[in-house]
Amino acid sequence: MAKLPKPDELIKSIDWTPPEKDWMDDIPPEIKPGRYCYPAKKNIVEEIGFPNPRDWSPLDEDWKLPSNFREIIIEGMKDRLSKYRSFKVFMDICVRCGACADKCHYFLGSGDPKNMPVLRAELLRSIYKGELTWQGKLFGKLAGARKLNEDVIKEWFYYYYQCSECRRCSVFCPYGIDTCEVTMMGRELLHLVGCNINWILEPVRNCFKIGNHIGIPPHTIKEIIEYLLWDIEEVTGVKMEVPFNKKGAEILFVTPSGDYFAEPGIYTMMGYIILFNYLGLDWTMSTYASEGGNFGLFTSHEAMAKINAKIYHEAERLKVRFIIGGECGHMWRVKHQYMDTATGPAPKNLEVPRSPITGTVFEHAKSTKMIHVCEFTADLIAHGKLELDPSRNDKYVVTFHDSCNPSRGMGFFEEPRYILKHVCNNFYDMPENTIREKTFCCGSGSGLNTDEFMEMRMRGGFPRANAVQYVRDKHGVNMLACICAIDRAALPTLMNYWAPEVGVCGVHELVANALVLPHEKTGERPRTLDMRQQPLKPEEEENA
Amino acid sequence: MGAVFALVTVLAFVIVVYVGVGIAGLRGLFGIVIPYAAFLVFLIGMVYRMIEWAKIPVPFRIVTTCGQQKSFRWVKRSRLESPYNNFEVVLRMILEVFAFRSLFRNLKAEIKGPNLIYGSYKWLWLGAIAFHYAFFTILLRHFRFFSYPVPEPIQILDQIDSFFHIGLPHLYMTDVVILAALTFLFLRRLADPKLRYISLASDYLPLFMIYGLVISGILMRHFFKVDVTQVKEFTMGLVHFNPKAPQVGVIFYIHIFFLSALMAYFPFSKLVHMLGVFFSPTRNLANNSRAVRHQPAPWWKKPKFKTYCEWQEEFKEQLIESGQPIDEDCYEKK
Repeated sequence: MAKLPKPDELIKSIDWTPPEKDWMDDIPPEIKPGRYCYPAKKNIVEEIGFPNPRDWSPLDEDWKLPSNFREIIIEGMKDRLSKYRSFKVFMDICVRCGACADKCHYFLGSGDPKNMPVLRAELLRSIYKGELTWQGKLFGKLAGARKLNEDVIKEWFYYYYQCSECRRCSVFCPYGIDTCEVTMMGRELLHLVGCNINWILEPVRNCFKIGNHIGIPPHTIKEIIEYLLWDIEEVTGVKMEVPFNKKGAEILFVTPSGDYFAEPGIYTMMGYIILFNYLGLDWTMSTYASEGGNFGLFTSHEAMAKINAKIYHEAERLKVRFIIGGECGHMWRVKHQYMDTATGPAPKNLEVPRSPITGTVFEHAKSTKMIHVCEFTADLIAHGKLELDPSRNDKYVVTFHDSCNPSRGMGFFEEPRYILKHVCNNFYDMPENTIREKTFCCGSGSGLNTDEFMEMRMRGGFPRANAVQYVRDKHGVNMLACICAIDRAALPTLMNYWAPEVGVCGVHELVANALVLPHEKTGERPRTLDMRQQPLKPEEEENA
Repeated sequence: MGAVFALVTVLAFVIVVYVGVGIAGLRGLFGIVIPYAAFLVFLIGMVYRMIEWAKIPVPFRIVTTCGQQKSFRWVKRSRLESPYNNFEVVLRMILEVFAFRSLFRNLKAEIKGPNLIYGSYKWLWLGAIAFHYAFFTILLRHFRFFSYPVPEPIQILDQIDSFFHIGLPHLYMTDVVILAALTFLFLRRLADPKLRYISLASDYLPLFMIYGLVISGILMRHFFKVDVTQVKEFTMGLVHFNPKAPQVGVIFYIHIFFLSALMAYFPFSKLVHMLGVFFSPTRNLANNSRAVRHQPAPWWKKPKFKTYCEWQEEFKEQLIESGQPIDEDCYEKK
């Protein structure tokens, strides 16, 4: 693994001035360690049934592409141009105004000009023009056109796996050109010739075969959750329950599998469990549809649908009334923008979600029948159904990281903030150009949260971390709340590197800390520990 | 490189017209045949592009939301940045097309010491909006050549545009604005290394063609003073499909040639962004995909996946061991 530069060295190394050399002639790219992900293993590619499984490395001279790779890619491109209006329009209308250039976190952190969204799209657009349009064939380079060759494939692989599909650029584009669409197409095309990364494909294989990204079999899921239940008992003194595969439950709860086993996701998971038990909900989890996340989204539209389809299938089998989804970023892009179209309509047994506690009908989810757990909780708080003691989170000064997908793919800004402002006393937003629709990626999104990609993750996460540093120094922020499982996995490393002393948590971890259980109210057993089994009020301990 | 090529191309245009009209006297070709042909190419090309795009399905509702979604009554939603219905989409599009909303958001990032800061940067928005509105106004003004009597709104527009009464004939404000905006849009491509890096010949060419169009127009009005009566006779002839090429200076033919070149170039270049923006799925759809099902594309097939029963067979032992229920329904049908 590549050596990571120190933070101050890294900042000094950032230069946004592009080289003099024309970008088209600057291929193949110099594949730098720390900036690329390991290719998918041969057996994984085989099991998924994708083309050209083989052992290879991006550092090799010969990538062992199929001999007719040019035809394969060009046909694949034609096919997608006729299926996705977005792709065709985005290939046709860019004027290269450059408004997007300094909006990409990977460009801001690396200075690599091919990370400017406009140029990232141009990598594909130039081939589209050169191979498929008469203007490009006639005028070549003058029209920004070039021919496809092996070096271009290498360039695509390098840069389409240096894009986290965060869509920040599309907010600023005067035509709404969405680099995420371009990257998705780029990755789909690369799959056709067997260029893909293991960190994405192995979870996809696991999802297809076992049911979740990490490949936890059903009995182990139950075991893991039982461990969490013991922890909950330790913290609250109450033995709680998590029903599995329960037919006829009212609610199916689906969350990213990252919440089952890894810190700090498990504390968020404990948060959901405590909340649902507090309310006495009739709910169930499924060990079959045990993944809310969807690395298929980072693979292809078909893979995304194949993973997501299990959720409706399971909801139908269990005859639940509606579905609640946990805190996860790309998962919610799928649930909000793709699920219904790709794998719907929702099974007939599902009803328009209606909170059994408040009676609120979630009209805005009347077709998918699936709501975000933060919507569910915000509604509870608004109706005064939760007894909350925000002072239990007083040791935290909290800020909120808007995850890319709920922000720009859903418009999900107020609900989590509303919750945070009710469960903790110290909340400060980061500067306005770095939050909400202008939020920055954690630097590890879209399946790039792997260790071998660490330098690029730290570079791409620099804008986000820099904004955290700002509120840390100004307001003493020491906790970064988020609603995304990839964030919970990636941000602790990022904070460690750029903004030490800032922790990372899910919103529902803080909810559970603040939630006053009935026996706590009577003073029977006052809460002294937080979800992490640390003292709620450390200073009192010290004084005592 | 690209800029040089574009400049040479535009100069070549001038020479072609100078030779063609000034020396060879091909007034009919440059005054009638080429403009008609170019206009036809423009019309057919634009319609073709629209049909081409419209025929392609929009498989998913991939709105880019730039504001709060509709959820609870007590949460203030953003109708313009996260439209929930088609009416609100229209409003969002109006703002995008007429006010360049997204460009107005533009920021400029800077590294200062250990800090990344983002300043508001509206210059691009200002340059773009000045250019487009000036161009549009100039286009409207030109209807005085293609109508008789000239409609009152066009006359009023003309009066407003020449309000300051500088020189004779009066100087149009839009001429000054468009020259300034073009210069800004051109210079920024040269001055910013990032933009220089991404700019292609096909980014400079339209700028230079429009420069040529504007400058030739200004020269004709203020310096070479072409006989307007003859021009009007000619343009009305074009309208009535009975044109007679006017015996006026070459500068007029240069002007017409730039216009023709631009029209013919329009549908096949990045200039189609004028239409394309209306087709952009991140902007022209409502963010209501959980409330209203977006119909899948005709080519979309529901995926095949491992069903619960298949999965249960595979993990039956573990399910039983860990006390998870076995679904007997899986066996009933068989």
